[in-house]
Amino acid sequence: MTVNTDAIGKRYEPLTYAVGREKIVEYALATGETDPVHLDLAAARATGHADVVAPPMFAVVYQGRSVAQAMFDPALGIDFAHLVHGQQEFRWDRLAVAGDELTTTLTVADISEKIGIGFYAFATESVNQRGETVCAGTWTNIVRPPQ
Amino acid sequence: MKPGDEIELKVTPDRYATVRYAGASGDFNPIHIDEEFARRVGLPGRILHGLWTMAQVARAHTEAFGGPESLQSLSVQFRGMGVLEQEITVHGTVGEVGQSTAVVSSEATQAGKRIVRNGRAEVRVRSAG
Repeated sequence: MTVNTDAIGKRYEPLTYAVGREKIVEYALATGETDPVHLDLAAARATGHADVVAPPMFAVVYQGRSVAQAMFDPALGIDFAHLVHGQQEFRWDRLAVAGDELTTTLTVADISEKIGIGFYAFATESVNQRGETVCAGTWTNIVRPPQ
Repeated sequence: MKPGDEIELKVTPDRYATVRYAGASGDFNPIHIDEEFARRVGLPGRILHGLWTMAQVARAHTEAFGGPESLQSLSVQFRGMGVLEQEITVHGTVGEVGQSTAVVSSEATQAGKRIVRNGRAEVRVRSAG
């Protein structure tokens, strides 16, 4: 298998995600969160937050559409039948809360190949409506050669 | 918090955990929600979303170290696959503790297999006073 590395450095159009209170609650329940700041407005406000607080890993929700942009980009030609999520990294500079509007930009950080296995690394960065960085991610997908 | 301190979280994903997570996250890959499809592509059955398991690793840190603000970064590698209705253990160990952050290494295991490995987090250290 030969991977096409032409797309390294490609930057996609920024996408904005409006963080909804009930979406945070739905995500928090689906991931077993019990901290009331993720589940209850009064509890979040009582601890000094403007609104219900997104769990850190909610980043997968607001960055997800940007990742899909690259995953489904014909220029990358990712073979879904042999795709696995290899590695994931996030760095959080500040919390996201309900009501935030988060704009995420994705860059193809790297594409490489080792012994027939393709590695695709996507870098995401999300800023809030005040221009403050909320979260940066690195998504590494592995495409194994067909058996 | 001091080097060598340990954290642990145990969680058993119930029969519908992947269905709820698919809806919550938007990841509807049928290997996670369609038993028949999963078997047809050679899996033992529906498997967990790796990012759900990573969320459990994150939660082990935020519950131990003082809430969502405490987690500054987390990186993991996914290995093998997690399955439904079997207990998962997230285990972490505090390494270097600096002025403002501490490093925590972690992994998640299920039935003796590591499904998340090389977890590495930076946790914000709250100053006393």
